[in-house]
This record gives sequence, structure tokens and C-alpha cells, in this order.
Amino acid sequence: MSFGQLPYDLAHLLGGAVLLLSFVLLYQRRIAAVINAFATQGALLALAAAWQGYVQGAAGLYVTAAIAFGAKAVLIPFALHRLVRRFNLQRGVDPALGIGVSMIAGVALAGFAMLVVLPATAGQRALAREDLALALSVVLLGGLMMITRRNLISQVIGLLSLENGLILAAVGVAGMPLVMELSTAALVLMLAVIAGVFALQMGESFQSLDTESLDTHRGEGE
Amino acid sequence: MLIALALALVVLAILSLAAPLLAWAALGVRVVYAGAALVSLVFAAGGFVGLVSAPEALALPFGPPWGAMRLALDPLSAWFLLILGLCGVAASAFAFGHVKGPEAPRRLVPYPLFLAGMALTLLAADGFTLVLGFELMSFASWVLVAHEHEQAENRRAARLYLGFAALGGAALILCFGWLAAGTSAGAGFAALRAAPPDGLRALAILLLVVIGAGSKAGLVPLHVWLPLAHPAAPSHVSALMSAAMTKVALYVLARVVFDLAGPAQPLFWGAVLMALGVASAIMGALRAALEEDTKTLLACSTIENIGLITLGLGLALAFRAADLGALSAVAAGAALLHALNHAMFKTLLFLGAGEVLHGAASRRMDRLGGLIHAMPWTAGLVLVGAAAAAALPPLSGFASEWLLLQALIAAWRVGDLAFQIGAAAATALAALAVALAAAAMLRFYGLVFLGRPRSPRAAGATELSGAARAALIFPATLTVIFGLTPGYLLELAAPALRLLTGAGAGLSALGGVTVTVSEGGAGYAPMIIFAVLLLMGGAAVWFARRQAPGILHGPAWDCGFIAPPHHLPFGDPTTQVSAAGMAQPLRRMLGKTLLAAREQVEMPPPGSIAPAHLQAGFHDPVLVLIAGPLPRARDRLAALAERLRDFSLRQCLGLGFAVLLGLMALLIWLERR
Repeated sequence: MSFGQLPYDLAHLLGGAVLLLSFVLLYQRRIAAVINAFATQGALLALAAAWQGYVQGAAGLYVTAAIAFGAKAVLIPFALHRLVRRFNLQRGVDPALGIGVSMIAGVALAGFAMLVVLPATAGQRALAREDLALALSVVLLGGLMMITRRNLISQVIGLLSLENGLILAAVGVAGMPLVMELSTAALVLMLAVIAGVFALQMGESFQSLDTESLDTHRGEGE
Repeated sequence: MLIALALALVVLAILSLAAPLLAWAALGVRVVYAGAALVSLVFAAGGFVGLVSAPEALALPFGPPWGAMRLALDPLSAWFLLILGLCGVAASAFAFGHVKGPEAPRRLVPYPLFLAGMALTLLAADGFTLVLGFELMSFASWVLVAHEHEQAENRRAARLYLGFAALGGAALILCFGWLAAGTSAGAGFAALRAAPPDGLRALAILLLVVIGAGSKAGLVPLHVWLPLAHPAAPSHVSALMSAAMTKVALYVLARVVFDLAGPAQPLFWGAVLMALGVASAIMGALRAALEEDTKTLLACSTIENIGLITLGLGLALAFRAADLGALSAVAAGAALLHALNHAMFKTLLFLGAGEVLHGAASRRMDRLGGLIHAMPWTAGLVLVGAAAAAALPPLSGFASEWLLLQALIAAWRVGDLAFQIGAAAATALAALAVALAAAAMLRFYGLVFLGRPRSPRAAGATELSGAARAALIFPATLTVIFGLTPGYLLELAAPALRLLTGAGAGLSALGGVTVTVSEGGAGYAPMIIFAVLLLMGGAAVWFARRQAPGILHGPAWDCGFIAPPHHLPFGDPTTQVSAAGMAQPLRRMLGKTLLAAREQVEMPPPGSIAPAHLQAGFHDPVLVLIAGPLPRARDRLAALAERLRDFSLRQCLGLGFAVLLGLMALLIWLERR
């Protein structure tokens, strides 16, 4: 399996698409659009996992794909949209970095990821190397998104897309046990639940999901 | 013999384990101290056997994952084991003699461990075992220093000591780790010897071992804990710490720089040790001449003697680097001999100070005085030790310090001009330190034992007896014997000197009745000098007796003051010199620059009848550094770290992200290399 063969090319294409959506997430300002982009990324991730399951002949990866699709493409976006409606944020704007700056930073991080992964995996299969590099880029872009956004929902999406990167890395490696992926999926659901509860509490207390507003309330307790 | 020594270590461990139970009854406490004395006797015998027979080695059936723990007895460790054994016998016998009843387990349990730690350090034949023993020694002695932790000053001393012990331990671990980095066969001494360090690694190892061993031995500027911690411990432990533990640290220093680092190290290694030694000698002697507490004074005198020994070791190293084997043997011989002699007379002095503390209930010299009447035995025995510490012939201190000065005077034979100038300065400073030490000992003995009592408690002091007296007689006898037989001791130490300096020739000229530095050079025949002194003294006594009508007892001369009133039966206290007063000339001459001595007169305002005050004192500059800038730097760092807590959520996330990126950049850089 190498460059020019269908399994490789399609896997590469799907991984690249996941990364592309990370870039979209990075500069998209409207919160509703951010959620949609995240849902698309989740769907693409599920597709990538399913394709890997087909290529590797591993039935467990279909389960992963199903969970990814169910949780990340349907369930979590749906819940987030409800949150948005509840706090009247449909037209809400979360100031991110400018398009130019975020693109430059994103490309720099992706290049950084290549620099780290490619020498470290010398001698491995080409697909695994590409896959790891793409996954690390997605992870770094998710991290970047978390620190550039102010709105709680966008930050949570940053964290979840970071986690998408981890799943992407996991599915590309043959022989990763299913229990790993199941536990990561469970972790994501837990994260989503906690973030939801937190957002509800915060929205009711401050009438805003801007995390900067938390800073002035430090050290306040019962 | 090595197996017997290993079993002795096991006996000490058993004693320590049983100590919590044995501490409940006086008999049990006596059993522990008697056992420690017997084991120390075994150590001394082992040291003697190790000096006269071939080296032995033993691999223990357990150890760290990378290899078995190894013990060995070679001439160098045997010499220091002999020192440890002799000190241990005296200290344990003294403790045995002072058992009055049940003892607090925290005083009893660490004592056998302390002895075992020192012996394990000396017997170790790999880096792991050595560091293990060293740390055991540090830890056990720390518990003993902290035994009277109700008093704030003892807590402070113990804290400072623990800090320096941790610093030294960390440096030693790094030192042996780095030494072992050059080998693939673990940290056994044989493997380390086979791969001596060079270049920057050698420099780092020298620095680390000087910090590690120097902080335990009390080399300036790592000495500040010593005058605080040694007096805080019980007297027999003070004696062991001053006399034996500092020597164990010097053994580690000598083992690394002479043996493990290989014979091809440059001249400046010796110069570094010499500079540290001279600084310690001056600082210790000056402080000893100014201190007002008996045990603190003795601890400062230990710094001085450690400085002289280090000076000798450094000189031997320099001579060896300059290929002057015979002179190197002379300098190393002076160092080893002084280590033995100092161990003996310092044990004697510390035990004597402990006896004074017990009999007259004070360590402050301003509360003592005139004890020669109440405690004649102690006074006589301490006189031997004080005279040896003041380097009076024919006692032991003179022999080794004479040899050291002879070696220093010969230092011009090293071709390097800078070294010659430095050695000349070192000679002058060492001579100054020896003179200052003599002054300190004179002041110590005069204030404690001569004159009139300065307090009623000193007037009612009680004399020692039993095992405690024997514990003082033993080192005093050895001090006299060692003073008369330095040549034979050097012959005994010859294998150790050969190990240190690699010199085969030149050693034979040293030994015998007369100690000679080189063919046709200066010589010292202590027995002849002793005989001459005896003859002259006897003649003087005989002549004086013949002239005088008989022995008359009169009142002590009062320096011309009027007779004291009846309510002051011991005389007017102000007519006797005080400890600070006797130190005043030296404090004014030398203390201002070296010890930041100050004097301030506070006059009452005109018309007031309040008395004027004279305030005088000094402090150690290094201690000021530790008490001032160091904690301030720590507080600044803590305040800086505290600012991290004020970060907003995004800044915290950004910090984590930045660290991740930094680690990845490090990874890239490492992959590129």
C-alpha cells in the first residue's frame, strides 16, 4: 500500500479533509457555523475510520466509526445547537484571530508537526507517517483554537477537535485495540456532558458564555 | 578480616534495631554503648590489619539492579578505619560512663547507625555503596544533632545541617554518576579507575566532589553549619562528628581526586585544594580564637585542622602532578598523620568539654574558670589535648604540622611560577593559622581551667570517674604516644601513601626514630626532644625547689585590685578577664576584615546616670550570605511562581500549549543532531 494505490490515496484524502476542517474551525467566527464545521469534521472522521476498517479488515474500526458519527457528527452538535438557541447566540460572534493570522499560525503548526513526526517515524510505512503527521497537526490546531477563542462553546469544540486528532492517529495504526478507542469515545462523551453542565451553570449565572468573565470571579467560594 | 568487618556492620544494625527496647533500662543503654565500643575496637583492629596485609575485596550477595554492592579494604580505607575505630572506642566508652538511666530512643537508635554509616563509607568499593554509607552517616548524625529540638537554636542548627547534608549528598550522587558515565561496567571502583575522566568532565567531577565532601568536612565556604551543629549534638557525638565524620568526608575527597580520577590530572587540582585548605585553616583558627562557647570553639578548631589536612592533600596532589613522588609522599604523609593526630586530640578535647558541661553545667566560658581545682583529672588530660592542638612539641600535633610546613617550604621545586608564589603565600598563612590555633587553645584552657571560678556552679563542679575517665585517658595516652612515634606511624601508613602518590621511593627516608623530609634535609627526633625537655624541666624544678624555702599557698594575685567584699567569696567577677575581653586584640586586628567584627559604644545622654554600653561582636560572612540573599532570592522566585496563579483561563491553556511546543522543538533539535 503506497502512493498511487486506492487505499492509501483515499485514506490520505480523508485525513487531509479532517485537517482542512480544522483550519475552517480556526477562523470561523459565527458560533453556529463553528458547530456545523465541527459536525462535518466528525462525519469525515467517521468516514476515515470506516475506510480504515475496510482496508485493514478490522471490524472494531466500524464500531469506532459508528461512535464517532453518532457522537461527534450528530449528538454533540445537536446539543450544542440547543445551548446556542437557549442563550440566543444564533447570531453570536466569537472573535477569533484574523483569517490571515490564523492561516499563517495554522500552517506553521502543521509544518512543525511534520518536522516532529517525519524524522521520528523514519522507516515506518508511508501511510502511518502521513497519518501521524496529519493527526498531530489536527491536535495542535485544536490546541491553538482553545487558546485563541473566548466563548465557552468554541473552546469546548477546540478540545473536541483536538480529540478528533487523537482518534485519527489511532485508527491509522493497525492493531490498536478496540478498548482504547472505546475509552477515548467514552471520555469525549464525559467531556461533552461536563462542558454542557458547566455552560448551563455559567450561562445562568453570568448571562454569557464568555470565559473571560470568569476571571474576575476568582477565589469566590461558598 | 573484611568479613569480620562486614559482620561488625551487621552487629551495629542489630544494636540499632534493638535500641528502642534497650533504651528502657540503664542496663540496655549500657549494652548498646558497650557493643558500639567493642565494634569500634574491631574497626581499629581491621584498620591495622588492612595496613599491614594485602588488600581484600568482597562482593555482597545483594545490591542495586546494575550490580552487587562491593566492599573492599585497601590501605587508604584502612588508615581512616583505624581513625574511626579509635575515636569510636573513646566516644562509646564516654557515653557508657555517663549512662544514668533510661535514655530517649531518639538519642540511642541513631548512634550505632552513625558508626555503621561511617564504616560503610570507608569500606565501600563502588559508588552506590559509598553514597549509601555517606547518606546514612549524614542522616543519623542529623537526628543526633536535633536531639534537643526543644531549643530554637538547636532546631536552626539541625535545619542548616540538613540543608548542607542534602547539598553534599546531591553533589556526591552526581559526582559518582558522572564518573560512572565513562564506563559500561557499573560504578565499581575498579571500573571507574579504568576510565579516568578528562577535560570538562574532570573539572565537573572535581567541583562536585569538593562540594560533596567539602560540605561535610567543613571546608570554607561550606563550613557554616559546623560550628552550630557539632556543639548541638551530645558530647560523645560531637567528638565523633568532629574527629571521625570530617575525616570520612576527607577520605571520600582523597579517594576521588587521588585514586578514581586517575594519576594524570593537572597541577591546578592541587592548587584548588590548597586554596580551600588555607582559607579554612585561617577562618577556623580565627573563629576559634574568638568564640565564647567551649564546644563551638572546638568545632571551629576542627575547621582549622581540616583546612591543614586539605592543604596537605592538595600539596601532595600538586607534587604528584609535577612528578615529584618523594615530596608528594611527604605532603600526603603529613595530611594522613595530621588526620590521625587531630582525630585523637579532638576526641579528647570534645569529651573533656562534655565532662566540663556535665560537671560545671555550662558550655559558656564566661561561666567557667578555675576548674583545675575541682576537676584535676579532666584538667590534666585536657591540657594534653590542648597542648597537642596548639602544636607544642613533643606532642602529636607538632609532628604532623611540622611535616606539613616542611613540605610547603619545599613547594618551590614545582616549576610553575604562579604555583611557587601561591605556595609561599600558603606557607605564611598556614603558619599564621597554626599560631592562631595555639592562641585559641591557650585562651580555651586558661578561661576554663585556670583563674578563679566565674560562677558558683563552676566552683562546685564535680570530677569524672569510671569509664568516662578511661575514655579521656585513652585518647590522651595515644596523643602522647603518637607524638613520640611519628616515624613509625609513617611507616605504618606507607602502603596508603603509595596508593595516594604512586611513589615507591622516598618513603623509607621518612620513617624511623628521626623523621626526615629528604636526605640531608631537616629532621625531627621527638624522643630526643622529649628527653631534653624532660631533663631541662626536671633541672628547673630541682633548682627552684632548692632555692625556695618550701611550698606556700597564697591567694591568687588579683591584678592589683582591692580585696573583694565578703559577699563575693569567689572574688569580684569584673577583675577576671572575660572570654570576649581575651579575644579583643585578635578581634580588632584580624576580625574586622575577615569576620566583619564590630564595636559600638552607646553613651548615655549628658546628665543621665544610665551606664554606657560597649557592644562588640562578629559574624561569619558566609552565614550572613545564607541568612540574607539566599532566602531573599528564594522568596523572589516564589513570588514569581505565585504570579502563575493569577493567569486567566486562556493564559493557562496557552502556557500548556507553549510547553508542548517547546518540548516538540527540543525533540526536533535532538533529532537533527
